[in-house]
Amino acid sequence: MIGELGHFALALAIAFAVAQSVLPLWGAWRRDVRLMQAAPGLALGQLIALGMSFGCLVWASVSDDFSVQNIAENSHTLKPMLYKITGAWGSHEGSILFWCLILSICGGAVALFGGPLPASLRARVIGVLGLSAWGFELFTLLESNPFARIWPAPANGRDMNPLLQDPGLAFHPPILYMGYVGFAIPFAFAIAALLEGRIDAAWGRWVRPWTLMAWCFLTCGIALGSWWSYYVLGWGGYWFWDPVENASLLPWLTGTALLHSAIVVEKREALKVWTVLLAIGTFALSLSGTFLVRSGILNSVHSFATDPARGVFILGLLGLLIGGSLLLFAIRAPLLGGSGLFAPVSREGGIVLNNILLCSIAAVVLTGTLYPLFTDLLLDEKLSVGPPFFQATVLPLAAPVFFAMTIGPALSWKRAALGPALIKLWWVAIVAVVVGIVASFRMQGVASLSMAAAAWMIVGAFAEIIQRIRLFRVPFSNSVSRLFSLPLSTFGTTLGHAGLGVTIIGIAGMTLAAEQIALVHVGESVHLSGYDWTLEKVHDAAGPNYNARVAVIEVTKDGRHVVTLSPERRMFTTQTMTTTEAKIHTNIVRDLYAVLGEERDGAAVLRLHDNTLAPFIWLGALVMALGGFCSLADRRLRIAAPTRASTLSGAVSRT
Amino acid sequence: MNRRLLLAIPFGVAAVGGVGFYSILRAMQSGQFDPRGVPSQLIDKPLPEFVLPGFGRAEVVARKAPVVINFFASWCVPCIEEAPVLAALQKSGVPIWGIAYKDKQAATDLFLKRRGNPYAQLARDEDGRVGIEWGVTGVPETYLIDAQGIVRWRFTGPLSNNAARGLSQMMGRT
Repeated sequence: MIGELGHFALALAIAFAVAQSVLPLWGAWRRDVRLMQAAPGLALGQLIALGMSFGCLVWASVSDDFSVQNIAENSHTLKPMLYKITGAWGSHEGSILFWCLILSICGGAVALFGGPLPASLRARVIGVLGLSAWGFELFTLLESNPFARIWPAPANGRDMNPLLQDPGLAFHPPILYMGYVGFAIPFAFAIAALLEGRIDAAWGRWVRPWTLMAWCFLTCGIALGSWWSYYVLGWGGYWFWDPVENASLLPWLTGTALLHSAIVVEKREALKVWTVLLAIGTFALSLSGTFLVRSGILNSVHSFATDPARGVFILGLLGLLIGGSLLLFAIRAPLLGGSGLFAPVSREGGIVLNNILLCSIAAVVLTGTLYPLFTDLLLDEKLSVGPPFFQATVLPLAAPVFFAMTIGPALSWKRAALGPALIKLWWVAIVAVVVGIVASFRMQGVASLSMAAAAWMIVGAFAEIIQRIRLFRVPFSNSVSRLFSLPLSTFGTTLGHAGLGVTIIGIAGMTLAAEQIALVHVGESVHLSGYDWTLEKVHDAAGPNYNARVAVIEVTKDGRHVVTLSPERRMFTTQTMTTTEAKIHTNIVRDLYAVLGEERDGAAVLRLHDNTLAPFIWLGALVMALGGFCSLADRRLRIAAPTRASTLSGAVSRT
Repeated sequence: MNRRLLLAIPFGVAAVGGVGFYSILRAMQSGQFDPRGVPSQLIDKPLPEFVLPGFGRAEVVARKAPVVINFFASWCVPCIEEAPVLAALQKSGVPIWGIAYKDKQAATDLFLKRRGNPYAQLARDEDGRVGIEWGVTGVPETYLIDAQGIVRWRFTGPLSNNAARGLSQMMGRT
């Protein structure tokens, strides 16, 4: 009964989405105010219907309704409650429904907070969001219906893939999807601008916070995914240049470029055509990333559910959406011309450089991901592109980004002189060189250069604030009061740039990581990077839906107790699958990481890692996202200035 | 005009990509293309000489009919995943010969008892030496040998239903 209700709500959502994609766009075309004003209501209707539909799926999962095929295939009565709830988006069918739900949340957000927008722009944005949504909702209903019943219903389910039964991964899809799908809003604004044939500063001011929001979530989502593969897959690595990882990195790179070029549109009314293209491209990459991975074209450890038949349907949808919008771009973009002029050396120039480099990195990663596929298809030649390719190509392109991102904010708009900006940063350069030299005592060449670059980025980011509060040049109290009057978005930029530096520290530090695989009897110990790892005992343990072998490893340094690690190997009974549960002890500057492998002849295979500075990788991503949220909290961005003085108060109370 | 052309480039790139993906998907559906397939040095070459407890090259060639040879092991989790696909393949009349790779006799027997035995003939490659000669990269791995004893096709990893369908079509052709 609940299943049918959810099924019906999904169909209802499609009806809303179709209406949402037709009526407001028609109204904006015919200048019919009533049709334009129908847009927010339709978007909210779609949101409510989809929310209900997804709620029904969660209910079916929580109440163990195994007559629903999706639940029977992915759940089990013994599965912990947390995973019953999160399992609703863990399965293939559920995740696509969830994807649609988030898209409708985007529509709802524009409907709720878009009051101050010009009526025709809002109608078009909501219309475009509806247009993007209905195809995927139709796909959910026809090709991957999460509410399909099976008869007879099995007594119990087949349980979820044990690798997915992990708190880190449980919340990974929502955050990642918020990032992916969030780029639908800038996309909708871009298409709306093409339809209107006009872009102005107000447009830039609107697009930027939405982009920033999506970017923050995507940053967190990628970091969470990387962290998950670090500790669940038990490989000890954090990034494998796997197609699925690349698929999430691509929109992040172009999204970062979009974030910066939208500033130029807002402040200087330049780079308009380019920004529109970036907005379309970023969403196109998000869409292709999510769906091409799911269709099984890209071969990856992460692809759990694949089916080429579904792929054709999705490719058709992608073709219509991406092809249609790029065709519209080709036809209408020439109308958007007339940009503000700027000298090559200027803040705008710096952002153009940032855009070119970020898009080049994206192009390289895209090529590396797809190249094996197309050589296979066209030349019938199998090859694989691995981490060495990506490292060799991404690094030379990333280095100038690192160098320029500290100088950029020190340049002034329109026209600047490079000399004075560099002179202002002399002490940052000295700090960077010193850090690089100190690092070179322990690290190899590239890693110590990376450490220098990280210092340059972190110290340079704070140098901007020090510059602005005139520290040590005016009395200290004066500086403090200046600090408090700085706009939050300044701190956002600083944290964003410094966060990348922190991540680079972690990546450089990981080159020092040490690992050892040893066959250890109980009572024996292994010596690794100054620590003694003693296997105390191995015992059995029972979990809710698995049995485990637990190793107790006592880690000591110079005879002093440091920590007791207890890695597990879990045997999931219903899925006949074994997972390794790594145990990690972190003290921020290093991770002690232990994995229990096979046992034979009374001894256990232990894999021990000492991962120097590893936590910095994810800490940096967190700082970056924090910077983004800091910018979002800035009042100037939040109230998104197309408000006239009279509507200002209304806008504030609404947000 | 030039500017218009420039702005149409993104559409062109996307169109080429779309056509490419479409042809990949079609080929995947018809079983002609598998992104997981890896070519073998042995393709279109005669089967290397080998003698194992169970069967050797002589027995394979003496059949004078195409046969599927599957490397498997009791210790390999993907082999469990593959078992139902092999069983279905065997039921559809495809002859499958198995080579137990680096596996103890007792363990293999237990595995076949539990997961079903789709193999018409069973050989044992206990030290994995024949696996090296064939260039086996891991278990499971599946080969198609034609009536002349020439290797026609190789698949690494557990056979998917699609690959199995492609395999039985190929059996019809060779």
